[in-house]
Amino acid sequence: MIALLTRDLRLAVRAGGGFGLGLAFFLIVTVLVPFAVGPQTDLLTQIAPGVLWIGALLACLLSLDRIFALDWEDGSLDLLATAPLPMEGIVTVKALAHWITTGLPLVLAAPLLGVLLNLAGPGYLWLFVSLALGTPALSVIGTFGAALTVGLKRGGLLMSLLVLPLYVPTLIFGAEVARRGAEGLAVQTPLLMLAGISFGVAALLPFASAAVLRINLR
Amino acid sequence: MSIWEYANPVKFIRTADVLLPWVTAAAAICLAVGLIWGFFFTPEDFRQGSTVKIIYLHVPAAMMAINAWMMMLIASLIWIVRRHHVSALAARAAAPIGAVMTLIGLVTGAIWGQPMWGTWWAWDPRLTVFLILFLFYLGYMALWEAIEDDDTAADLTSILCLVGSVFAVLSRYAVQFWNQGLHQGSSVLRAGAVTGADTTEKVSNVYFIPLAVSGVGFVLLFVALVLLRTQTEIRARRARALLARERMA
Repeated sequence: MIALLTRDLRLAVRAGGGFGLGLAFFLIVTVLVPFAVGPQTDLLTQIAPGVLWIGALLACLLSLDRIFALDWEDGSLDLLATAPLPMEGIVTVKALAHWITTGLPLVLAAPLLGVLLNLAGPGYLWLFVSLALGTPALSVIGTFGAALTVGLKRGGLLMSLLVLPLYVPTLIFGAEVARRGAEGLAVQTPLLMLAGISFGVAALLPFASAAVLRINLR
Repeated sequence: MSIWEYANPVKFIRTADVLLPWVTAAAAICLAVGLIWGFFFTPEDFRQGSTVKIIYLHVPAAMMAINAWMMMLIASLIWIVRRHHVSALAARAAAPIGAVMTLIGLVTGAIWGQPMWGTWWAWDPRLTVFLILFLFYLGYMALWEAIEDDDTAADLTSILCLVGSVFAVLSRYAVQFWNQGLHQGSSVLRAGAVTGADTTEKVSNVYFIPLAVSGVGFVLLFVALVLLRTQTEIRARRARALLARERMA
């Protein structure tokens, strides 16, 4: 499993484009927002947590079809399926690799981009915490969507439709943590909900993803 | 008489043919009685005026939106466990009906919300969960359409249905879960006050009885539509099989 993880990471780094794409997209979204809503700093402060969360979510969505598509095309997914690894493990490793290559850079970059949106002082910490807790859930849910649409010719749009409703609770509670943190309110309730979603999803969804993948590989 | 007999599509079609006129007629009668009674022969609420009458569409539609997903969940489980083809097709047939019910619930809610709450839409947890359910219906139908192989499509949508049922359950109990937001709590059925005397907690019997009739009408309508659409699905699949066989020959 560790070999698979390092292989996926190496592929992501060396294949080029894939690794930085999410980050670049995140940067574009955050830079474009002030142009769209106008440069009033207090307004930007108000919407910064939500915008940063949306940007992170869309950047995550952008790279989802990469999770299985390449392995599906060159047949290595079939080899992985016959390897002495449980499918659930493969799916989890894939989600982890996706998180390390897209989620983790987003988490690290978000506070920096917060400067561009004039994020309020205590917001940086809570934005970081909420993204660190929330993006793994996005990766795991996205893996389910990618597994559902892996065999389809044009699965990208369909995958977005399938994945977006599942993303909504993570987005709501993640952005709520960041917003309340930025405004200096108590963050405990949404933080607990966010943690609940992340851990629950990480515990349950790999089984669904693995089942779906097995059906698609049949 | 067990549902496994109806894994035979011929038998299913025959039984559905017998049932359909009766169920349809009963649905039409219940809907007509419930809606006409509700719209024309109930008093206007002293605070809400005539807008209260949208309850006869809104509540049953919302109820069926969730129950349709539950029916699809059960049908999907039957398909996963026993490879019961008719069951998978019934789940497929129910999805558009459920989506339309969700849409009716959302639209009637918006029409009622505009004069009552002063807004068409609020990002209230109960409303949001319902909207997510609608998106799930769309995704479910899109996935069925996107996959060519029928059995694979049935398998994949079944698992999607399992995952999505979290939201169906959530929207069922959302009215009771959250106290925040605009949508009021459940007032139609409450523990200990199902058909009992009028209380301040529960909707008045003047409104409850036509509402119950209308609700039964919606259930029957759903059953009739599912039977009809499942028949259509079976026949469409048979037609496709015949065409494929012709091409082979």
